[in-house]
Amino acid sequence: MMRLVLVGTSHHHAPIELREQVALDPRDAQALAARLVEGGREAVCLSTCNRTELYVAAGEAEQAEKDAVAALASLEPDVEPALYRLHDRAAAHHLFRVAAGLDSLVPGEGEILGQVRLAYELGTAGPFLDRVFRQALHTGRKVRAQTAIGESPASVSAAAAALAEQVFGSLEGRSILLLGAGKVSDQAARNLRSRGAEITLAANSKTVRERIDEQLEAVDVVIASTNAAGLVLEAAAVADALRRRKGRRLLLVDLAVPRDLDPAIGELDGCYLYDIDDLEQIVVETLLLRRQEAERAEAIVAAEAEKFHEWHSSLDVVPAIASLRARAEAIREAELQKAESRLGRLDEGQRRAVEAVTAQIVNKLLHLPTVRMKQAAAAADGVLYAEAVRHLFGLGEDER
Amino acid sequence: MAELLFWPALLLYGEAAVGYFGDLRGPGRAGRAATWGVRLGWLTQTALLGVQAVRDDGFPWGTWASSLDLFVWLVVSAYLIWGCRRRYRLLGLVVMPLAVALLAVSRAGGGTGIGSASHYSNLFLVVHVGLVLAAFAGFTLAAALSGLYVWEERQLQTRPATILRRQMPALATLDGLALRTVAWSVPLLTLGAAVGLVRLVVRGDRLDVLIAATAATWIVWSAYLGLRLLGGWSGRRAAYLALTGFVLVVIVRLALPATHFA
Repeated sequence: MMRLVLVGTSHHHAPIELREQVALDPRDAQALAARLVEGGREAVCLSTCNRTELYVAAGEAEQAEKDAVAALASLEPDVEPALYRLHDRAAAHHLFRVAAGLDSLVPGEGEILGQVRLAYELGTAGPFLDRVFRQALHTGRKVRAQTAIGESPASVSAAAAALAEQVFGSLEGRSILLLGAGKVSDQAARNLRSRGAEITLAANSKTVRERIDEQLEAVDVVIASTNAAGLVLEAAAVADALRRRKGRRLLLVDLAVPRDLDPAIGELDGCYLYDIDDLEQIVVETLLLRRQEAERAEAIVAAEAEKFHEWHSSLDVVPAIASLRARAEAIREAELQKAESRLGRLDEGQRRAVEAVTAQIVNKLLHLPTVRMKQAAAAADGVLYAEAVRHLFGLGEDER
Repeated sequence: MAELLFWPALLLYGEAAVGYFGDLRGPGRAGRAATWGVRLGWLTQTALLGVQAVRDDGFPWGTWASSLDLFVWLVVSAYLIWGCRRRYRLLGLVVMPLAVALLAVSRAGGGTGIGSASHYSNLFLVVHVGLVLAAFAGFTLAAALSGLYVWEERQLQTRPATILRRQMPALATLDGLALRTVAWSVPLLTLGAAVGLVRLVVRGDRLDVLIAATAATWIVWSAYLGLRLLGGWSGRRAAYLALTGFVLVVIVRLALPATHFA
């Protein structure tokens, strides 16, 4: 029977210095997986900034594990102590958690599902891993559909973009004024642009004040992140611009410390001012929500892992069931042929009726043993039952 | 039969109202139960109105109490257009308790039973009462949207950490929806009221307080429309004006109708 083997490391087990030694781009990951495919094995390599994992389906689990460890150690020998090794149900459970974003640094982050899909598409998956990865992708989608784990922003820049959507709805065609530049403000601007907004002016210390005032009248979002020691924008200047804006809403995001935007701006009608502390508190709150939702997500993942286990266990008895049915069918057909001479010439309708009756008898007789064998397989007695059936019905070794 | 349908409708609307309060505390199952309460309650009330229409020989919502029954149905119908979307669940907090209260008042006034047919012609009642009530239902929904706007804007300005936890419609969306709802409702009121006025003149009847209050309502909501479309009003100012207009709707619907229907 095929076994599922997982060997890998992640941010839980290895520091960044070690992870970056085994991090692979999609093509290299594909090549690493291909190295493990021999003698009917299947392999998929999932490599992201937080993890590098090899999923191998093989008849011999121990040898497959050794080969997977050797493959990862060939990238960086020091990684071996940081590798985890999981088999069958535990391996599937881990993969489903990964696809659901439950093993990510930020619970519920959405990017991982796409990375799992890419790894699956590039890997050398056969019928076994094909089923496992399709179930993993299904689990990831199900968790996101049935829980709110991925709905709230998990970073300051994403929170700024979510607030802009809360004010303006669609950001298509909305304009942004960028005051200063910094990593977080760049990310926030990128986040807004990915939602359809446009940067109309990226102002720096050389930009003339009149130009900023002019833009203040036209833009929808202001993101400030300068190194200035004092305020860059006073409430009076914004109030002046608001008068000319005729009631159009203005969202101001101050990412600078010390602050660039006068806190009094937040008191003005039609203005929504958020500083870095506000955004960080929102992120803390939304992460808390994600962790609460993670409990519900874990239940979904556990149920899917159980389904995998039932399916995997049933593989123990499937050959015995197939042999039993084949034997019964052969007996039925042989007995029918013998009976034909005694029954005389049957017309087409009569023949179909006899065929149906005998097939029904066989099916009814075999239904309960089939169900019981599958149940026994799920309860780990599958092999015993399969052997008993082979013995009782004299199913030959060649049929296994 | 009408009795059999009234109670389930009231209970389902009541369940929806309670569910929306539950959703406010923690989004999830309560909100979904509320949404189904609205849907099933609306279907039940639709059946109730159908039974009333079939049993009565004439337009059965011509009295003050029975018109409330139809009004509730129109309000919930308008709400159902967006209300079942997750982001609009909060709107149900305003609409559904109101629906429950008005339906109960309607029953107390005998408006949910059989035998409320008026002596006026069906065509006149359908056009006059139907259009005026549809307009008022629209104004009610616009006021609920505006109330939600004011509340949400306050939230955005006070910057609580939970601001993104409760998924709400965007401010701009609420503002736009309120405008669109009023843009549909004002012409309906204009037409419905005009039909009533023509009949008044033809019959030589006198103006009553309800007609005057309805005229004031028309002026406020037309001003809302004019100021928004021509004067560039939007946001909080417009929302407050809509809420003012709704006060007149409440007065017309609840406080004054006895004079007109008598």
